[in-house]
Amino acid sequence: MTRVSEHLNRALHDLLAADPGVHVLGEDITDPYGGAFKVTRGLSGRFGDRVRSTPLSEGAIVGVGAGLALAGRKAIVEIMFADFATLAFDQLVNFAAASTSMYGRPVPIPLVVRCPSGGNRGYGPTHSQSPQKHFLGVPGLHVFEMSPFHDAGRLLETMLGLGRPCLLFEDKVLYTRRMYEDGVVDDLFRYEVTGGVARVFLEGAAEPDCTLIVHGGMVHRALAAVRDLLLEEDVVCELLVPSQLYPLPDLPGLERAGHVCVVEDGSEGGGWGAEVARVLHPRLWSTLRRPITLVASAPSVIPAAPHLEREVLVQPGHIRHAIMEALS
Amino acid sequence: MIDTFPPFASPRSAPPPAEEDLQLLLLIRHFELTLLRLFEAGQLSGTTHTCLGQEYIPVALKALLESDDFVFSNHRGHGHFLARHTDPHGLLAEIMGREGALCSGVGGSQHIYHRRFLSTGVQGESLPVAVGTALTLKGTGALTCVYIGDGTWGEGSVYEALNMARLWRVPLLVVVEHNGIAQSTPTTAQMAGTVAGRAAAFGIPHHRTVSTEIAEIRAELAPLVAEVRRASVPLVVEFATHRIGPHSKGDDTRTPEEIALAADHDWYTRYAGLFPEAFGRLDREMRELVERAAAEVSARPPSVWERP
Ligand SMILES: Cc1ncc(C[n+]2csc(CCOP(=O)(O)OP(=O)(O)O)c2C)c(N)n1
Ligand SMILES: [Mg+2]
Repeated sequence: MTRVSEHLNRALHDLLAADPGVHVLGEDITDPYGGAFKVTRGLSGRFGDRVRSTPLSEGAIVGVGAGLALAGRKAIVEIMFADFATLAFDQLVNFAAASTSMYGRPVPIPLVVRCPSGGNRGYGPTHSQSPQKHFLGVPGLHVFEMSPFHDAGRLLETMLGLGRPCLLFEDKVLYTRRMYEDGVVDDLFRYEVTGGVARVFLEGAAEPDCTLIVHGGMVHRALAAVRDLLLEEDVVCELLVPSQLYPLPDLPGLERAGHVCVVEDGSEGGGWGAEVARVLHPRLWSTLRRPITLVASAPSVIPAAPHLEREVLVQPGHIRHAIMEALS
Repeated sequence: MIDTFPPFASPRSAPPPAEEDLQLLLLIRHFELTLLRLFEAGQLSGTTHTCLGQEYIPVALKALLESDDFVFSNHRGHGHFLARHTDPHGLLAEIMGREGALCSGVGGSQHIYHRRFLSTGVQGESLPVAVGTALTLKGTGALTCVYIGDGTWGEGSVYEALNMARLWRVPLLVVVEHNGIAQSTPTTAQMAGTVAGRAAAFGIPHHRTVSTEIAEIRAELAPLVAEVRRASVPLVVEFATHRIGPHSKGDDTRTPEEIALAADHDWYTRYAGLFPEAFGRLDREMRELVERAAAEVSARPPSVWERP
């Protein structure tokens, strides 16, 4: 059994071992601390000053990463909490992303900015957000998210291979969960990964009543809802989990979906779900029976107290309720 | 963390701190220890940053601040708060998400706004805001006091704010708690030059104090703080201090020798040894007070919040 954080750690080890051009930067990432969530553990001991702990300078370290990339290296920058990626917004949007095309010719910027995101840990309003939506729709900027289905090594290779800046969101609760293996989720559900999209399905089921599209950090809550829907409501659901959130890749099998529901952990309004719906509505217009359902967290700050936080963030019950309402 | 501060900057023969100061020091100490204990017992969630070893800084400053002053705090802010408002119940209720919480349990340990006290969990964010509030205080005799750590000098906003503070001559007191470390990274690995040099670059007066004696600190700082109020100018006061506990909880990767070196500077063991009787009595009183507060607050119903 491999925890997601260990799996990411192994992928970083393998990547640095395989490619001497890869650098890793971030606050408190060197040993013995190994990063706030231990994802970079062991890297500095093994790879020396290609792995650097930095000052508290989110904007500048993303800029330094872009500079390393500009000069022919590959850079991975860890932002300790995704909330602080806002401090690097200028470097990401106006430099890293823009420079891939604003000089009239393609300029490769192989840069990955890793962002531990999400709540349900009681960390409070500035350490719990899922700010993916703020980075959507920026020309030249790709947004990815880790999931328990996607191989982190392949994901890092894909992102660096794009030659464009990428954000990689990693849900902080997901870190503590295990990677799924061998196509098995549990006693009922199976999964397969094709074209970077994981599909979770009920073995032997024909057409799902509803297809949920979720990002990696939402997988376990969506699975809990899907299980309850099956066992208690006799509703068959399928789950699609793309590792690339923006631009949205091709999602398989949606033409046969009875209904489509997008679930995201970010706060409601101007979110990823709206972007997914924008792409899917024209494509599925003739087969959709009703509008795509969007489920998001409340349009609210994320409280520190667990009883208040729980009400703001998407929980399995919210997903189940939204799907039952749409199907009724 | 290697540092060059002398182990005891203040003479061991200094007179005992005033009873009310010692009481406040001990209140903060037991508040922080109680939080760590509650965490270990699984009664608290999220995270917390205690100011163990650094309590004397806000206690010393307490007497130099006036009620109209703004105080901006950071992630390590429980001591800053308790030295400003002696309300351990309200703070504990905030951290535990119980009735009577200062901010309905929304902000938690790192995000508190109470009267003119405000903290945020994003490093460096508060300094420009502090300058804005200080602008409104120009000429009133009041000031804005903002606490930041040594590591926070990595953030660009700190410099943008210092520049404006000096240009516009605002009454801003920047209190730097230089404990030689930021989370796990020693200052030597993240700061080129010095805090003094950085203040000098903006033409802002800087004062460094190594004392941990409250009366001594107050005597040193009183005329400087008076000048901030009188002339409406910024001032950077840097405390050479020591974090004797973990950054948050259970995440101290310093060597036992480094931790022992930091603990050598602890006022708690020093006072316990120097004034055993007075210390022992107040220590017990404050420990019991916080224990009662914890029991009382834990028994309260969850906080209620009207979501906007
Ligand atoms: C913008 C930002 N980056 C990173 C963090 C995570 N973080 C919280 S405290 C801290 C270290 C702060 O060090 P310092 O300023 O020296 O204060 P100390 O903890 O020593 O009191 C870090 C990296 C944060 N809260 N905000
Ligand atoms: Mg520090």
